[in-house]
Formats: sequence, C-alpha cells, structure tokens
Amino acid sequence: MAFTETLLELAKADPVIFAVASDSRGSVTLNEFAEQLPRQFVECGIAEQDAIGISAGLANAGLRPFVCGPACFYTLRSAEQVKVDVAYSHLNVKIIGVSGGVSYGALGMTHHSTHDIALLRAIPRIEIYLPSDGRQMRALTKYLAQTELPAYVRVGRAAVPDVYAEGDTPFTPGKANRLREGGDVSILACGELVYHALQAADALRQAGIRAGVWDMVGLRPLDTQAILAAADAPLVVTAEEHSVHGGLGAAVAEVLSQQKPTPMKILGIPDEETYNGASPEVFAHYGLTGDGIARTVQHSLQSLDHQKG
Amino acid sequence: MDIQSLARTANLRRADAIAMICHAKTGHTGGTLSSLDILTCLFYDVLHVDPRHPRDPGRDRFVLSKGHSVEGYLSILADLGFFEKRELATFSGPGSRLIGHPNNKIPGIEVCSGALGHGLPIGVGMALGAKRTGADYRTYVLMGDGEQAEGSVWEAAMAGANYKLDNLFAIIDRNGLQISGTTEQVMSLEDLAGKWRAFGWDVTQLDGHDMRALRAYFHGGHAADKPHCLIARTVKGKGLPAAQNRKEWHHKVPDEQQMAEAFRALGVEGVDWLG
Repeated sequence: MAFTETLLELAKADPVIFAVASDSRGSVTLNEFAEQLPRQFVECGIAEQDAIGISAGLANAGLRPFVCGPACFYTLRSAEQVKVDVAYSHLNVKIIGVSGGVSYGALGMTHHSTHDIALLRAIPRIEIYLPSDGRQMRALTKYLAQTELPAYVRVGRAAVPDVYAEGDTPFTPGKANRLREGGDVSILACGELVYHALQAADALRQAGIRAGVWDMVGLRPLDTQAILAAADAPLVVTAEEHSVHGGLGAAVAEVLSQQKPTPMKILGIPDEETYNGASPEVFAHYGLTGDGIARTVQHSLQSLDHQKG
Repeated sequence: MDIQSLARTANLRRADAIAMICHAKTGHTGGTLSSLDILTCLFYDVLHVDPRHPRDPGRDRFVLSKGHSVEGYLSILADLGFFEKRELATFSGPGSRLIGHPNNKIPGIEVCSGALGHGLPIGVGMALGAKRTGADYRTYVLMGDGEQAEGSVWEAAMAGANYKLDNLFAIIDRNGLQISGTTEQVMSLEDLAGKWRAFGWDVTQLDGHDMRALRAYFHGGHAADKPHCLIARTVKGKGLPAAQNRKEWHHKVPDEQQMAEAFRALGVEGVDWLG
C-alpha cells in the first residue's frame, strides 16, 4: 500500500512518527512497520475510542501519530474523541481511515462509511482529504508528516487505477487538480470517483461534449477558486463515494449557491439503505462509473436545454 | 509545601471556586469542591510544572478528565501564575476563554476535556509517549466516580496495564454522588477497587481530604511495572455547608449568603480578584 510504504520510509528517518492501530495492522498493511519499528508502533486492540485518545496523548508528548484503521469505526465509534481530543484540542493526530466508503461492499452498512465527510466537515479545524490514487497518497503522506494540524484521510480497500503518472506532482495543499479542460460541463470528484470522472469525460468526448474534470482531493481546506472556475460551465456535476448529503456535492453547492448560482447534479450514495454488493457493483447500481456519470451529464444537459428552449 | 499550608491553600482555592460560581451564576459546585484537596496537593506539592514554561517537554502531565470540576483547577492555575488572577472574574462570561470545562487555549491546560471518559486514554498516550522516548515525567488523570460508567475508561485501563505504565496515575474522586443520585443507585460501581485490581492496576484507597495521606501517597514508593489507581474518598460539596453530600448541588449555584457561610467555615475573608 502506497501509504504504509511511505510512512515506514518517513518513520525510519524521523523517530517521532508513530503508527497506531486497533487490531488493524493487517488491513492497513502495517505488519512490516510493526516489525521494523516496534518502538514507533502502538497496538490498542479493538478499541477505537482508546486509539484516538492514546494518539492525542502521544501528540501531546511531542510525537506525530498516524492512527490507522477502518474509516467506518474511526469516524463514528470514536467520533467524540476525534471532535474533542483531536480537533477541539488541536492535537497533531493524523487519522487514516482505510476501507472507506463502500469498500467493504457486501459486508454491509455496518462497515460502510458514507457519512464521514459530512461528519468531519461540521467539526472545525480538522483537514479532510480523499486522495484519488496511490501516487497522490504518497505525496499526501509526506505532506502530513510535516504539518502540525490534525487531519483525516480516507482511502479505499482495493488498489485503485492510477490517475496520475509517475513523476507528476499530484498534491498541493489547498488546491484541487484540474485534470481535463472542457467548457460544456464540469465534473468535480474525489477519491476513486476521480478515475470514473475521467472515464466519463472520455466517453462524453465521443458524444461531442467537452467535460472539465477536477480532482477535489481536499475537502478542508476546500479549493473554492477551483469550484468557482468550474462554474464557468453551464452545469457542475459532483461525484463521490459518500452520501449525497453533506459531502463533496454539498460543499460545492454551499459555495456556488452563495457565490455563483449554477445548475448542479450531485452524484453519490442516495438517502436509503445502501444496495448490497461488492463495491464495483454498488458503484454501478448508483451510476458512479464512467458510463453512469456520462449518462447523468447528458440527461442533465438535455434537461437544461429543454428548460431554456 | 507543609501540610498546614497545603490545607490552607486548598481552602483559599475553594473560596475562589465558590466565588467564581456565585459571580458567574453557573458552575459545578459539588465536584469542584470534592476534588480540591487532591488538586491542591498535586499542583502545589507534586507536579513538576512551571508557569513560565508551560509547554516544557519534561513537564509532568495532568488531565482533568472530570472536566466539569474546572473552577478549582482554574483558580489553582491562576494562583500559580499561569495566567492573571483577575481573569477569574470572566469565568463563563461572554467571549472568555475561561469556560465551564478545561480549554487548552489556557496556559497549563493540556487538552480540552469535559466529555467524560476521555481523560484516561489521553493519559495512557502521554505516559506511553514518555516510556517510548525515555522522558521521565509522570502523568496524572483525575476522574469522577460517576465517570467510571463510561466504557472508554476501561479500554484505557486495559491499555495502561498492557503497557505496564508505572508512570501513570489514575485518580478517582470518589464522592459517591452523581446528578441523579448515589453512584450505587445510578450504576453500581462497587467493588471499584476490585475492578481496577482485576484490570491489573496497583490500587490504593485513602481519604481524599487528608492532606497528609495524599502527600504521603504521591511522594511514596509505587509498584513497578503497573499503572497506579488512587481511589480518594471525598465529600461532594466539601467546604460549602449547604452543599455537602447533597446531589442537587452537582451544579447548583450558591447565593451570597451561602457563599458568606462558606467563607466563614473556610476561614477566608474574601477573594482578591473580584473588584
């Protein structure tokens, strides 16, 4: 995993970097870290509240803990510790939520985290990132190892297709990455949906529609300039592996409705019991694929034309 | 500091706490008064903390996990010079940083607390951090007895023993009362000492108003390779005659007459920070 390889490399050079786990060393691929740097590894057992509190204490002791485990548990079971011990107390804890969104697929809603962005966006001072591929995660990890701010990062479970090429610099704090130019529609996505948004843009090009695509890797700080630039197109579509309430779509709508009202379509997990299936099947069911996003764009553009006509 | 001076100091801080609550017309009277001998002993005689260098990496760590008992804590920090004493008059006022729970924007306060069950996990992290980095500071966490019903306390109890944190002290203000009644009526805790022993802690019980016993405990020898739990038996509302051992005084506010009675009982003429 790009994250754990990078963290191990950084921690070897800097003894204040710690990894904290909650019986999650296997799922986070921290076994090598635990074996090579036992002094910098803390096992908390299956106790996420304790793991966040312990991480806050380690940060107070001058260390730089990365607490790693399933996104679903760290953003609800320990939500109060994240709010009070980390964000409100302003302690330098990095929370790496793995197997986020619907990664656990048919394990069901107990293990899904389609609420995490909504929850954390309402808690001040904690940065929120959803990287779109392994290369971006490497760059993000290096950045996080140097900052003093609390942060939450959500990644998926399986390897995701590359969005960026080797040697690219895919992460600048506070900046969204514009990956495609195109003025007919703007597609803003985060996490794995960035890849699908690019696929959608390719499909739309075949149909003569030029789609701009942005990788909204940071939900806080949010790149409002990118959002306003995206709204130069007549339609803004957001795509995310998250509830349609409170996530990227909501963040973009908050900016545009107040600064530059623009027709929007928010794609995500609807307000219902999530469809059961492996993660690609859930994506397909809700139209969160290249084809699905392209279809939504075409329908929405037609509907806009109809309204004008 | 000698025993007599410590006892006198605790009463002065009680007077401050009562005056703060009376002035602000809000506060947690019962629990702040029960905990003040423990806090006074720690801050004036045990903890290595320096108001001129509140972030010194080698400082002892203290976490008020029962964050609602903040008034006495603030009074102590002000008296020791962590901030100006006259700021106590702003307690719970508009825009003040002196709110009804510990706020780490105030020098000397390590973490924001008040959501119960959070302090001990943080204390485990602080103590484990010291072990892993070779620092010799100690970590002290003061919890309430009603707080013992929070599951996260016991997650941390397991972790503290697992990591053999003999540099960690969990102190329980065992005043026996919580908002709804006695702890035994609301959610029985006993055998509390047995529970902590079963979790692998070195447990001591004493009178939490006996300054000599508190001092002897903190300065005495302690078991190696185990974290320490001190169950300090206290009286809720100690020092405010109207409030002692009465559950409704968890967050009842004393009036001027009750404050005057308390000052007489404590042998204190008044407070010097209220204009």
